[in-house]
Amino acid sequence: MIHAQQHARVRLAVIIALLFLLALIVVSVVTGFVSLSPEQLARTLLGRGTEKEELILYGFRLPRIVITVLAGMGLAVSGSILQSITKNPLSDPGVLGINAGAGFMVVVYVMFFTVESSTYVYILPLFALLGGIITAIFIYTMAHKKGEGVDPTRLVLIGVGMAAALNGGIITLTSRLGQEEASFFANWMAGRIWGDDWTFVLALLPWILVLLPIAWAKSHVLNTLHLHEHVSIGLGVHVERERRLLILIAVALSSASVAVSGGIAFVGLMAPHIARSLVGPRLQGALPIAALLGAILLLAADTIGRAMTDPIGIPAGIVVSIIGAPYFMYLMAKK
Amino acid sequence: MMFSKNKRMQAGDAAFSRPVIGVTVLGSGIVLLMLSMAFAISVGAADIDFFTVWRSIFDYDSTREADQIIVSLRLPRELAAAAVGAALAVSGSIMQGMTRNPLADSGLLGLNAGASLALACVFAFYPSATYLSVMIVSFIGAGIGAAMVFGLGSLKRGGLTPLRITLAGAAVTALLSAIAEGIALYYKLSQELTFWTAGGVSGTNWVQLRWLLPVVGVGIVIAIMFSKGLTVLSFGEEIAKGLGQRTLLTKTVLMCVVLILAGAAVSIAGAIAFVGLMVPHMVRFLVGTDYRWIIPCSAIFGGVLMVLADTAARLVNAPYETPVGAIVSMVGVPFFLYLARRGGRK
Repeated sequence: MIHAQQHARVRLAVIIALLFLLALIVVSVVTGFVSLSPEQLARTLLGRGTEKEELILYGFRLPRIVITVLAGMGLAVSGSILQSITKNPLSDPGVLGINAGAGFMVVVYVMFFTVESSTYVYILPLFALLGGIITAIFIYTMAHKKGEGVDPTRLVLIGVGMAAALNGGIITLTSRLGQEEASFFANWMAGRIWGDDWTFVLALLPWILVLLPIAWAKSHVLNTLHLHEHVSIGLGVHVERERRLLILIAVALSSASVAVSGGIAFVGLMAPHIARSLVGPRLQGALPIAALLGAILLLAADTIGRAMTDPIGIPAGIVVSIIGAPYFMYLMAKK
Repeated sequence: MMFSKNKRMQAGDAAFSRPVIGVTVLGSGIVLLMLSMAFAISVGAADIDFFTVWRSIFDYDSTREADQIIVSLRLPRELAAAAVGAALAVSGSIMQGMTRNPLADSGLLGLNAGASLALACVFAFYPSATYLSVMIVSFIGAGIGAAMVFGLGSLKRGGLTPLRITLAGAAVTALLSAIAEGIALYYKLSQELTFWTAGGVSGTNWVQLRWLLPVVGVGIVIAIMFSKGLTVLSFGEEIAKGLGQRTLLTKTVLMCVVLILAGAAVSIAGAIAFVGLMVPHMVRFLVGTDYRWIIPCSAIFGGVLMVLADTAARLVNAPYETPVGAIVSMVGVPFFLYLARRGGRK
């Protein structure tokens, strides 16, 4: 039975990925400027740590790790959806300019509204979503031609152009800021995980909890969208309606992630590819694996970045790009 | 593809050029460049009338305040803007002709990112480097970026389609600028690098100009010398070979010119995209497909565009400077979208 074999394979992959993620979380907890040895970690988890150890674990490391894991999942699933819809294996929310649109609105928010209020953490993802949606609608309409529909190639081309323009816009806006804010945004654009307490987790968690299951439930639709449009229609899929809904989900996932994690490209590109090569193209299996791989990739990048000598470290986005861009090139050369 | 129309014209008229229109466009372009530079020099924090501008350039007197402003601040700046615009536009038109790709531009093809990375390295490791070495390093950086994009784009047979080359450019840009940002953050240079990336031509001095102007000038002259070969090359490699052209020589020389021009522009003004994309298209619309006209006209109109954009950058939000790259992008992005919609398919 091919089906049973497939299921077994997916299950195995999920278990291995989960174990790997857990191991990585442990590594990530003990890595950092202030070290926390594995014994100290075990002691703290059992509730017998010192005050300082508890602060490091629950106050700094864990929230950041949870945010990284959630953002990685969001970006990876968003990338999976976009790759299926655009029928282009090189799509991802970063390449298509959606992250840049979300980032642009985040900058606008921070520049023109007060950051002091206690609710801004929750409003920030909404603003990012607004930017992401506007960008997505714009790219989609620009790529749409009467009679021809949306041409995937045109979609990617226009997305690349928009990403360049919006990143330029972000630099323009931030160049007017003071030294401190400008350097904050330089870091943010480079993809430094900057949400580092539990309120950020609360701001991001609902998005992931709601949208991830919906995306997974829609995976059969995504499978058919990957085929030729006529085939999907023949299979009884309302292509245009489903496509729009799924794009909205993808944009929401990446925008919410970007709002707390900064401009991170390539996670949404790499995770779905690796997932497909592990368990095949059926998204019922590939989507959860991609989510786990996204979490692993981003957490690994953040941990590597933090392990770099000085207390600030290197932003996760840079580490991801240095791994991801060559991978993208490899895919281009192979395709 | 957008070249199909042009090809039809060439079929009817083997050397499709319009010398009368070409001379007219070139002449009016030069006048326009003069006027826009005079305008750019006269406006600003201290408004100076045209007569004073004229007098201080041709009859400089260091005791007059206006003369000092003009000669030490504004004139070098506008000369740099014109040179940078010309360099970017010419390198864009060469790339478009050579790759037969309407979307070619040094910003989109990874040259600017390569030069930025090289600059980040210089700032980090040799902060005391002179301008000349900065410029040479930018050439090398631009060369690395271009080599990566073209190598990546042509790995597959039938390779250099607009989509492939744009995607390769995006990937290479992402990689090189990530490394550059990493270096900048690690060595705490991000502020300097941001100002430089977005800084445009402000603060250009005569020492820089003494290197920039000759380099750009020589680059453009070589480009014009090889422009006939470029026209033939733009028909397609096969046709060029059939017409008895040594395509390898022409291509090598032109590629070197592209690197020198893009590197020089980036070393002064930072990464400015879209100038090299827009100007050649506008010029081609006016003077046809003969690169003997396209290249000089691109140089002039690239200069005009940058001078005007830089003036706008100074005036839009005075007394603050808006990054000139953003002003250019505001015009350039719609243009890119238009081109991508029209010719980006395939």
